[in-house]
Amino acid sequence: MTTEKAAVKSHAINMESLGRTRVEQSIHDEDITLTVDNLDLYYGEKQALFDVNMVIPRKKVTAFIGPSGCGKSTLLRCFNRMNDLVDTCRVDGGISLDGSNIYDKRVDVATLRRRVGMVFQKPNPFPKSIYENVAYGLRIQGINKKRVLDEVVERSLRGAALWDEVKDRLHDNALGMSGGQQQRLVIARTIAVEPEVLLLDEPASALDPISTLKIEELIYELKDKYTIVIVTHNMQQAARVSDYTAFMYIGKLIEFDNTDILFTNPSNKQTEDYITGRYG
Amino acid sequence: MKEKNSHTHHISQQFNTELDDIKTRMLEMGGLVEKQVADATNAFMSLDTGLAEEVKRGDKLVNALEVSIDEDCTIILARRQPAASDLRLVLSISKILSDLERMGDEASKVADSAIKLTELGGLPRSVLEIRHIGDHVAGMVRGSLDAFARFDIDLALEVAEEDKAVDLEYGTAMRSLVTYMIEDPRTISSVLQVMWALRSLERVGDHARNIAEHVIYLVKGANVRHVNIEEMAATVQDQQS
Repeated sequence: MTTEKAAVKSHAINMESLGRTRVEQSIHDEDITLTVDNLDLYYGEKQALFDVNMVIPRKKVTAFIGPSGCGKSTLLRCFNRMNDLVDTCRVDGGISLDGSNIYDKRVDVATLRRRVGMVFQKPNPFPKSIYENVAYGLRIQGINKKRVLDEVVERSLRGAALWDEVKDRLHDNALGMSGGQQQRLVIARTIAVEPEVLLLDEPASALDPISTLKIEELIYELKDKYTIVIVTHNMQQAARVSDYTAFMYIGKLIEFDNTDILFTNPSNKQTEDYITGRYG
Repeated sequence: MKEKNSHTHHISQQFNTELDDIKTRMLEMGGLVEKQVADATNAFMSLDTGLAEEVKRGDKLVNALEVSIDEDCTIILARRQPAASDLRLVLSISKILSDLERMGDEASKVADSAIKLTELGGLPRSVLEIRHIGDHVAGMVRGSLDAFARFDIDLALEVAEEDKAVDLEYGTAMRSLVTYMIEDPRTISSVLQVMWALRSLERVGDHARNIAEHVIYLVKGANVRHVNIEEMAATVQDQQS
């Protein structure tokens, strides 16, 4: 018994040092969209992420939770290199999308961001019509055929569960929509260019409860087609929408597990204290 | 190893109080049920119908406590959406309440049998089996509640192991009572009362084992219902999970 226990223990330490936990080992390689390897990130002198290792499973919803400033949004922004826009930001280690390193010099960032779309906390539709918002991504790719655009706009708005509400006013200004509708419009705009991954940074935190439920329902439908990564401060939301949950604390990935396990029986005390609302 | 009695230290003091309250009240109810089982056994042994009636009245209080504490659990679930160990605490309390209530029912049935046996004029043979198994299961009830109060999974495992011993004693007692009935068929009605009472006490032991299982779930997050004692022991000893 003692030797067995010791074996289990050393096994756990091994996995920890490799950054591959039991749940990650249960995910097959072909079911992994993004892999984070020994990722360190600095804003100037200040280190914001410390040796993060994890995988993002394909066509599943992965939620990042953790207190403000824990690095969850920073990590999310690494997935489509939004941190490149911060001058002082420096990244060590790698992230690969379907096996190829997205921080490679040859990577075209615009193409990467088409493949890895992002939606922010505050809805940011362009001050254009609903139609032009959704068609925007195609137009900048040089696609202007009305028949193609009409089709993509309808498909995307349907995909974002917005079509029935706006089909009679496609040419109205998008800024006249409600916050919840604007956020779904932004999601429609993102999926119009058929990305593989959707990054959602607090997508519902500025919305009322009903609009929030609509976004959550939408996330559930979208995971059939896309790999979704969501950052949320709302733990119940993470518990409701995600398949996997990662808990981060002061720039470190503390625990990554099936959402069902993480919310009923987390292995780490810091995770437990956070999700049960205790002070550490 | 999880911290003992860690259901405090929430940022919300009110939440601490609410969890503490359902815990305390459930343990009080447990104490009452333990007394009901002991009283029922005593009433049966001494054919004390007064005490038996008291046990039957006491069961009403047990039932009322179950409903009231369970309502508090529901309210906590609705208002606090507890997670992790808090969630397991509320769920296990809710389940333990059902087991305690059923134990109360069994004690009440033992009291019924005591009254009927008295009406039949008692039995010209001692019923030491009742004393023996009654004391045994009362000890299990106490053990299961102590295990809960102290988050003591080793004690919970001991209680579950005791249940096997009770089952054996029950089997032996049944065989001896059957032999007795064959030898003297005039005693059948009276012996049946003893058998019913033993059956109820044996069931109390089963419910104590259930509580022990809930305690292991509470502390370890592992479900040990419907597994044999060896698997249960392995779960308890696995400090990694």
